[in-house]
Amino acid sequence: MERRKLEKKNPELKKKRQAENVPMTIDNTRAYDPSMVTVPSGLHPKSTILAEFSARSKSTVPIKESSTVGSSEPSGSKVTQDPNPAPPPAVPAEFMDPEHAADIANDPFAAYFDPDSERDPSEPPKVLITTSPYATAPTWAFCDELVGVFPGAQFFKRKKKSFRSNAPPLGTIAGWAVKRGYSSLIVVNEDHHKPNALTMIHLPAGPTAYFKLTSVELTREIYGHARASPHYPELVLNNFVTRLGHAVGRMFQTLFPPMPEFEGRQVVTLHNQRDFLFFRRHRYMFKSTERTALQEIGPRFTLKLRSLKTGLPSNNPLGAPMKPLEMAKEDEEPEQQYPHIVEEVAKSEDNGEAGNSGGEDEEAEEESARVEKEETKRDEKKGARKGEEFAWAWNPRMDFKKRNFYL
Amino acid sequence: MQSDDVIWEIVGKSHCSFRVKVPEKNQQFCRNAYNLTGICNKRDCPLANSRYATVREREGVIYLYTKTIERAHLPSKMWERVPLPNNYMKALEMIDSELLYWPDYMIHRCKQRITKITQYLIKMRRMKLSNAPKVVPIKKKLDRREARREAKALRAAHIEKAIEKELIERLKTKAYGDQPLNVNEDIWKQILDAEKGKEKLDAELEDEDELDEEHELEEEEEWDGREFVSDDSESEFGGLSDLEDMEPAQDDEEDKSNDDGSEEEGDTGSPRRKRPPKTSLGKRKAIDDAKRPRKRGARVEVEYEEEQELVDPQKESIPSW
Repeated sequence: MERRKLEKKNPELKKKRQAENVPMTIDNTRAYDPSMVTVPSGLHPKSTILAEFSARSKSTVPIKESSTVGSSEPSGSKVTQDPNPAPPPAVPAEFMDPEHAADIANDPFAAYFDPDSERDPSEPPKVLITTSPYATAPTWAFCDELVGVFPGAQFFKRKKKSFRSNAPPLGTIAGWAVKRGYSSLIVVNEDHHKPNALTMIHLPAGPTAYFKLTSVELTREIYGHARASPHYPELVLNNFVTRLGHAVGRMFQTLFPPMPEFEGRQVVTLHNQRDFLFFRRHRYMFKSTERTALQEIGPRFTLKLRSLKTGLPSNNPLGAPMKPLEMAKEDEEPEQQYPHIVEEVAKSEDNGEAGNSGGEDEEAEEESARVEKEETKRDEKKGARKGEEFAWAWNPRMDFKKRNFYL
Repeated sequence: MQSDDVIWEIVGKSHCSFRVKVPEKNQQFCRNAYNLTGICNKRDCPLANSRYATVREREGVIYLYTKTIERAHLPSKMWERVPLPNNYMKALEMIDSELLYWPDYMIHRCKQRITKITQYLIKMRRMKLSNAPKVVPIKKKLDRREARREAKALRAAHIEKAIEKELIERLKTKAYGDQPLNVNEDIWKQILDAEKGKEKLDAELEDEDELDEEHELEEEEEWDGREFVSDDSESEFGGLSDLEDMEPAQDDEEDKSNDDGSEEEGDTGSPRRKRPPKTSLGKRKAIDDAKRPRKRGARVEVEYEEEQELVDPQKESIPSW
């Protein structure tokens, strides 16, 4: 009570007190990650991140905090000499992760961000939206909403297994989409008649991101929602800090046309908080120089990154045709050619007459098949199919430390 | 000494760890991995039979396991394992040869197992080729934990505030260009003026200030001497009162006094100017002074009457726009 009275008289005291007693939250005491590219905003004064940087800094480089990765900024002839909002202050070069430079060099999204490319900035990138096989109405409803969100989007239902052919796998579909000029593929996965996961595939050869999808609310379920217009939206990407986070943020950017139509006053936000990506779409209006009014349009959902693969989904090499049979050469003795077979024959001879099936070649293939099976089993435990590599994969053991975040 | 009957008396009739009962149907099953049929009875019990044979599959290879009484005292070497050939017919022949002179019942059951195992292996291989969806188990505990964390993250996020902040930042740093389409004219002017005010504060030289004022006056000259005058009596008799206020006001650049006063200072400027002191140049005084933001420093506020109906940003009755 007394303190309150004092502070009422002198607001400076309150500011001083608040500056001294900054509460520690999970977000502002986040664990340091060497793959951080931008410094997270709102850090606690005693945060380990700041401590790390200050410990390693040779010069007194002031580390400014950032909130956004980047935004769809006006580029092109429409606005000349436009001072874009300051790019998020990067971690000083001296302690930037050396792998980050490699990332920048091998950027899979270069085609989108390249200012000299021939593509028309006013044309939206084509996005193909589909579902997992045999999806149902709730998923289609969500997909229809997505079609409204992304300006260049088209929705197609997944092709079913027919008399002539199997249901085409994702890898095949990705191939078709590339041929038809799509730049991204979004697959909404369904489970128990609800959309539960989202796969974002950047097309020419780009990364595949698999997200868990939760808290889906369609437009009609939002009370007091605004009506969307076909204007290209602005993007706000909040709190993407690490290299992985940047990759995901930029992947999201490539789904939208690079040049937004500001007269539409629509914002699409992907806000990262503790590795949960909250997607929102609003219509905004500046009420004054300090306040904005936001009215929510469109679907609302949460994504959580489960894995990021560097390539396209594999096109099922398990079904590849077997290698042609190699006939034994007459010169060489069988023992030299197939030493492993000789072993096996010896073993089986101990147990009685085990007639070797026709041709030593089959046995060779059996052996190699068995070895391969072991390897694929090991990989499959990690979740990858043959031919796929994870750039990043989540597993439950990552959740034990509360302050470790990866985006 | 091994006595099967004694074992069965205990295991079969009193307690066996491997037994699973289905009371509704009066059935008993055996969970022992070596059981030939999976049913709990004396004939099929691997514990109560010192001579026993099974077929089991491991990683795609089918094995024949045999147990004889000669090895009953060596538990670690009790079961003899033989891999059966991949070829189905050959495997059946091998069973016949291995289990020669064994009870027909066991041979028959072993062959049945080989058949079933071969069939399901074929099916597994075919399924792998067909790109069946990967079935992942639902982990309730993890799902619950993640849902809670998501809710907390949402609360910590303050999404709308963050969006507002970002948009305002973009507005202020002029990311939308010089003539933005998404802002109200009033608000945009406020921002521009705020910037100009800031510039003026930064500039320490008086010359710079005068230059600014001269530019402003030049703009006003285009009005051909027209004036908009309000009912306010002070401004009507501009002249003397302006001159009186001039000198002290000029010294204080950071004077936070009346808007009226500051405006007039802006007009009249330095005494070097020969133009008659004008009252309010090209201005229309706002009715509500409180609404006009307080500004520091000498500045001209140019307000125009708009013919179009302005959408009042304060109105909340507009559902969508």
